[in-house]
Amino acid sequence: MSTVIEDLRALVGVPQYEETGEFPVERSYIWSMCAAVENGNLLFWDDAVAEELTDGPVAPPTMISVWFRPHHWAPGRTEEHLPLKVHFDLKEQLGLPEAVMTDNTIVFSDPVRPGDVLTTRQILRSVSDEKTTKLGTGRFWVIDVEYTNQSGATVGVESYTGFGYRRGSGDAKASAS
Amino acid sequence: MSGLDPVLVFGDVAEGDLMPSLHHDVTATTVVLGALATRDWRPMHHDKDFAVERNGTRDIFLNTPNQAAWFERYITDWTGPHGRMGRVTFRMRDSVFPGDTMVFDGVVSEVTLDDTGCGWVGLDITLSVDGDTKSTCAARVAVPVDDDDNPWHRGADRWKP
Repeated sequence: MSTVIEDLRALVGVPQYEETGEFPVERSYIWSMCAAVENGNLLFWDDAVAEELTDGPVAPPTMISVWFRPHHWAPGRTEEHLPLKVHFDLKEQLGLPEAVMTDNTIVFSDPVRPGDVLTTRQILRSVSDEKTTKLGTGRFWVIDVEYTNQSGATVGVESYTGFGYRRGSGDAKASAS
Repeated sequence: MSGLDPVLVFGDVAEGDLMPSLHHDVTATTVVLGALATRDWRPMHHDKDFAVERNGTRDIFLNTPNQAAWFERYITDWTGPHGRMGRVTFRMRDSVFPGDTMVFDGVVSEVTLDDTGCGWVGLDITLSVDGDTKSTCAARVAVPVDDDDNPWHRGADRWKP
């Protein structure tokens, strides 16, 4: 196991799985999202307001990961397309069948606009030593997902803290924090 | 310069200020609309049998990006369209189901002006159901420092979220 963890830690800071979104950012999804949460922000509904404040339409910042989720089906695809592949690699390589995400931070940079095509890459930031929590025994890891637009400008960075573990080996008194 | 006055400017906000509460009755439609709008096709967000039998939950439940969109709506309802989100941190503790009434509450945790002159407001927000906290969101949002300021017009060199 020490070799596995050493190999994984060698990937810390190394960009992996650079991928470009399957479709450009589009307004119908923006309106569907705003309708789903009854978001009446005029920035997304009134073009004159968008022109004045943001030099044209923009997407709600928290939609940043939406533009990268794969279609449910695509012609010729034979394998399930998993987002956040580094997370699943860690689970598999460390032999940790269960995992939870404990924290999700998103930092927003340049606005995302309709027509943008985003590219992402995943960067492992850390893997902890083995820890025991009330869920079980496993390891915490932090993965960043960087998003850039077609001009190469950063539009945001998501940072996920995950805990991969084996059930039943935990100490009920320990905390998952 | 602007035809649209800001709803909220930096000087209006002080640490400890409370945001108005938002209540929303969650239905299966709330869950499914949000799951599809966020392109989350996983069955626990639209198939009750799957959620109950495979996830062991009592029903389908709100997915994380949908909750993020609810938090953003809550924040920009308060700031108005000039408010520009800089950073958010979510912690999901428990699920939100159809039949629940979501209650969003927020408090201003910090008010700061950075070295570029950008006015930042820190917010601690909770999403609760029947008094139980389901999720929390710590947010940092830029608001205009005066009626002529617009955080959206800050380029990368003057935007430090």
